[in-house]
Amino acid sequence: MGNTRLAEIIGRHERDLLAEWTRRQMDSFGTGRDRISETQLRGNSQDFLRALTEALLRNAGSDLRRQEWSSMKDLLGEISRQRATQGFTPSETAVFVFSFKQPLFTRIASEYPNDSEGFAAELWTATELLDELGLYTSEMYLKSREEVILRQQQEMLELSTPVVEVWEGVLALPLIGTLDSARTQIVMQNLLEAIVARGANLAIIDITGVPTVDTLVAQHLLKTVAAARLMGADCIISGIRPQIAQTIIHLGVDLSGVLTKATLADALQLALKKKNLTVARS
Amino acid sequence: MERIPILKMGSFLLVTIQVDMHDQLAMTLQDDLTARIVSDRASGVLIDISSLDVVDSFIGRMLGNIAAMARVLDAETVVVGMQPSVAITLVELGLSLPGIRTALNVDRGMELLRAGNNGDSNAGRENG
Amino acid sequence: MPVVKTVELPLTRQEDVVAVRQRTRSLGVEIGLTIVDQTKIVTAASELARNTVIHGGGGKATIEIVKEASKQGLRLTFEDCGPGIPDLERAMQDGYTSGAGLGLGLGGSKRLCNDFAIESKVGKGTRVTIARWKA
Repeated sequence: MGNTRLAEIIGRHERDLLAEWTRRQMDSFGTGRDRISETQLRGNSQDFLRALTEALLRNAGSDLRRQEWSSMKDLLGEISRQRATQGFTPSETAVFVFSFKQPLFTRIASEYPNDSEGFAAELWTATELLDELGLYTSEMYLKSREEVILRQQQEMLELSTPVVEVWEGVLALPLIGTLDSARTQIVMQNLLEAIVARGANLAIIDITGVPTVDTLVAQHLLKTVAAARLMGADCIISGIRPQIAQTIIHLGVDLSGVLTKATLADALQLALKKKNLTVARS
Repeated sequence: MERIPILKMGSFLLVTIQVDMHDQLAMTLQDDLTARIVSDRASGVLIDISSLDVVDSFIGRMLGNIAAMARVLDAETVVVGMQPSVAITLVELGLSLPGIRTALNVDRGMELLRAGNNGDSNAGRENG
Repeated sequence: MPVVKTVELPLTRQEDVVAVRQRTRSLGVEIGLTIVDQTKIVTAASELARNTVIHGGGGKATIEIVKEASKQGLRLTFEDCGPGIPDLERAMQDGYTSGAGLGLGLGGSKRLCNDFAIESKVGKGTRVTIARWKA
């Protein structure tokens, strides 16, 4: 097939192909060009041409599943990942491959001056191949974005459940955001482990930042309080807003065995009192 | 016969459970402890379970029984050192042991017993 | 479901319950369950193994490391040829007990696992299967 022929054409025009392609890419970015340097772009493009030529010379065809394309796929994967993290849009990323079409087609045309059939065949081969490579780039871009989102979710999960020591032996756990079972489990474990690590026998769970408390959330809270008590620590739940107090009562959740306070300040005061401590103005 | 040792410290009894107990061993401990509370005129019992990585409903029930029997014999019981994973599991199992007083470690447990001994019943925790 | 490893243990004496707990723990460690998940499955195993010994008149426990898609887990089966459970629905409720226990065994074990299945025929025996998957 025309695969090796395509490699020849690219080889013959490499220098001006590279120049024109890089320029097109820079133009396409418009105002966003400061996110990537021309040197980096040229380097990426050069690597792409090398991988492309190599695969074509080995008669790889346009099926990217073939082993000949593996180094090309690694390269496109790397470029997509880079751009996903640098904040490029999907089309700005795909343009890397698609902007190669026009420079290449011009060169193909010049190689088939009087052979329209040969030109059409070569053009078709090139289009098919570049479309595949472009699609693969978009796919990789999406995949890396998903990885970024997943990582951020996990980071947020950890960030959002800090346990802080507000007084010797008194821990505070300010909860922010929606509580689901997965998160509550992490919260529960973090708190209980901190109780052991710091030798704390009082813990304040502040739910000021929890938008809604349904039966499930209330049950999770009660379980945390019960587990802490089994270990020898008392919990105070604070930050119960009026509407949350109302829902708790309407849902029939029994918080009678749990110490509750309206604000974190009140809870801290209670904690100090339980420790027989008084704060005095000096 | 296999037995869990019971130590006497002043007017308190201290038990450190370090082996994975089968049910009969747990029952023997329960018998031994109640007998010792009477013979040693103990006013408090401290049970250290920090080495236990599992507490199932049987052991949980035994701890509750010991506390209840000790109370009848005028002695306080404090269970100390429960591991976080054990506490989470017990709560999930549906066993929150409301009749048992707890403390983080042996030192805190001792403080609790001493405070109770001085007649200050508010110093303890009785959330049950 | 592919089984990676199987351990069979007899359940006739109280000491056998301890052995089931310990083997479940070591296999849980082997597949990398979190400490909380280990404790949950070991506790469930303890409850069910005791049921087999006391109410089922003895039987056996099978502990397996199983694989499904890309996840690994522990699957435990408890079998006896005892009297069986006449009213399964009631037996699953907290507080229901045929003996002197707290009646938390079956319902409690179910809460500690990801999968729970029970079959029982009066006069034939009981078989409980539980599983806990690696998160």
